[in-house]
Amino acid sequence: MAEEYSAQAEKTSQKKKSAFSRRTWDMIAGYSFISPFYILFAVFGVFPIFFSFYLAFFRWDGLNPMEFVGFNNFVIIFNDPLFWKSIYNTVIIGLMGTAPQLVVALLLAFALNSVLLKYKGIFRLAIFLPYVTSIVAVAIVFSVIFSNQESGLANTFLGFFGVDPITWTRSEWGAKFAIAAMVFWRWVGYNTIIYLAGMQAIPNDLYEAAKMDGATVRQQIWHITIPMLKPFIIFSVFTATIGALQVFAEPHIFQGRGGRPEGITIVLYLYRDAFGSNFFGTASATAIVLFFIIIIFSSLNMYFTNRIGRSKKVEVK
Amino acid sequence: MKKQNMWAKIGLYAFLTIAGLLSLFPFYWMFVMATNPNNLINQSPPVMTPGSNLVINFQNVLDSIPFFQAMLNSLIVATTITFGVLLLCSLAGFAFAKLPFPGRTFLFVLILGTMMIPPQLGLIPSYHIITQFGWLSDLRAVIVPGLMNAFGIFWMRQYISSAVPDEIIEAARIDGCSTFRIYWNIVVPVILPAFATLGIIVFMAIWGDYLWPLVVLQDQSTHTIQVALRSLMDDRVRDFGMILSGTFWATVPLIIVFLLFNRLFIKSITDGAVKS
Repeated sequence: MAEEYSAQAEKTSQKKKSAFSRRTWDMIAGYSFISPFYILFAVFGVFPIFFSFYLAFFRWDGLNPMEFVGFNNFVIIFNDPLFWKSIYNTVIIGLMGTAPQLVVALLLAFALNSVLLKYKGIFRLAIFLPYVTSIVAVAIVFSVIFSNQESGLANTFLGFFGVDPITWTRSEWGAKFAIAAMVFWRWVGYNTIIYLAGMQAIPNDLYEAAKMDGATVRQQIWHITIPMLKPFIIFSVFTATIGALQVFAEPHIFQGRGGRPEGITIVLYLYRDAFGSNFFGTASATAIVLFFIIIIFSSLNMYFTNRIGRSKKVEVK
Repeated sequence: MKKQNMWAKIGLYAFLTIAGLLSLFPFYWMFVMATNPNNLINQSPPVMTPGSNLVINFQNVLDSIPFFQAMLNSLIVATTITFGVLLLCSLAGFAFAKLPFPGRTFLFVLILGTMMIPPQLGLIPSYHIITQFGWLSDLRAVIVPGLMNAFGIFWMRQYISSAVPDEIIEAARIDGCSTFRIYWNIVVPVILPAFATLGIIVFMAIWGDYLWPLVVLQDQSTHTIQVALRSLMDDRVRDFGMILSGTFWATVPLIIVFLLFNRLFIKSITDGAVKS
């Protein structure tokens, strides 16, 4: 490569005069290389987004002419208890599924990173495997584990502790727990791997020094690992939050096509409204509310993760 | 000091073993149910050991859904999108990283912005566009929008900026290389590792995608494996042996591929997360 390069460099003087046309060529090449994305983006990105905002103010079933109704679609969904239920469920399932997940992932990554541990590869493999499986497969397997029957696996297990069988799909907390368990199980390994990658970048001297000073494992996690992992934690909290707000497949499979109020999420509510009842106007209004909820949660996330990180840094010093 | 280490070790192994078993258990139970007749699954307590119905259950799957057709559809969709995305994103990434053109920064920031928008926002109009194109129950309905990948462009740009030195491009240009030849003969060989990583990320995401295929692939013959698996749950009298046999056989290829390329998988996930 080096020889080629010097050979090419010799020719520099010969072709320098065509510099202007080269710039034009760069422009043409640049625009044509990026144009496929922007063409697709115009058709399947920009247009649908604006059309969604437009559609939210119309009554439309997809066939008959659209009818302008102003803010009526928003009034309709805001007066629908099921809409609020779906928001409540999404937040609760999100918290139940992701908050413990991030803590457990942190502990798992810390354990996998330990110098005392052999066979790291096998443990890592076992914990990561659920992420490779599709959400649909996870939801089906867990639907059977959390079956309503007394002989269902979860109910049998609870039976050992003298707990009465739970009708998982129809109970308020049972449904949420089952759906959150699916989210937890599938994503905990993913976050573990992310944290592990971050931890491997932390110099071991820090832990050695802390141990020398008599720091406990918990203190090591709290004062070294977490502050050093801040960017990774921000990333995972971010993706987990956005993922949690978009939960759909799990309740859709767990509670059947129609869904049930105990497990309905925002996206499921939107989906039922649009493709179950052909209420495209109100469904678009829901999509817009979802959009703003995601923006609000993302900003809150940013704010809090930044604050937590900042106070930690002071402690480290 | 030694004793403390031993206890720490025991605790560590206990914790990781429990976590590992909990992690693997649903796979094991999926296999157990896939090999047992339905009446045994419904007994109390449930069966915990594999049975002998492996073939019968899978035959029942084949009777209720076009399993292999669905796997093939998924394979077509995921492969086409993966290769398409790799080509389009590396071209665009190359342009954003190395080619000066007016509006470059603005257009790039626009791409970053689109990554923040939830895909469900445009769901209904996108569905409407697909019906207007006459692509309902046509694999193109999934493939064409899937080629649009903002993250891929962002990621490729980062990679190309750092992995391809300006000098090489400059030298090739002086030699009279066209811009596309520079891309093809210089950039592509250098970014092969990035192709592998992004390829895995895209393939997995598309393979597991559910909502959009569910909406646009309404005809059973065009179902992807995810949509097909779900339709196994439709029967009122659920044959769990059959349902989990379908799930099991749809999962096995994934696990085999994962075990073969385990390091590459894990690297791609961490790279994808860390580099951004």
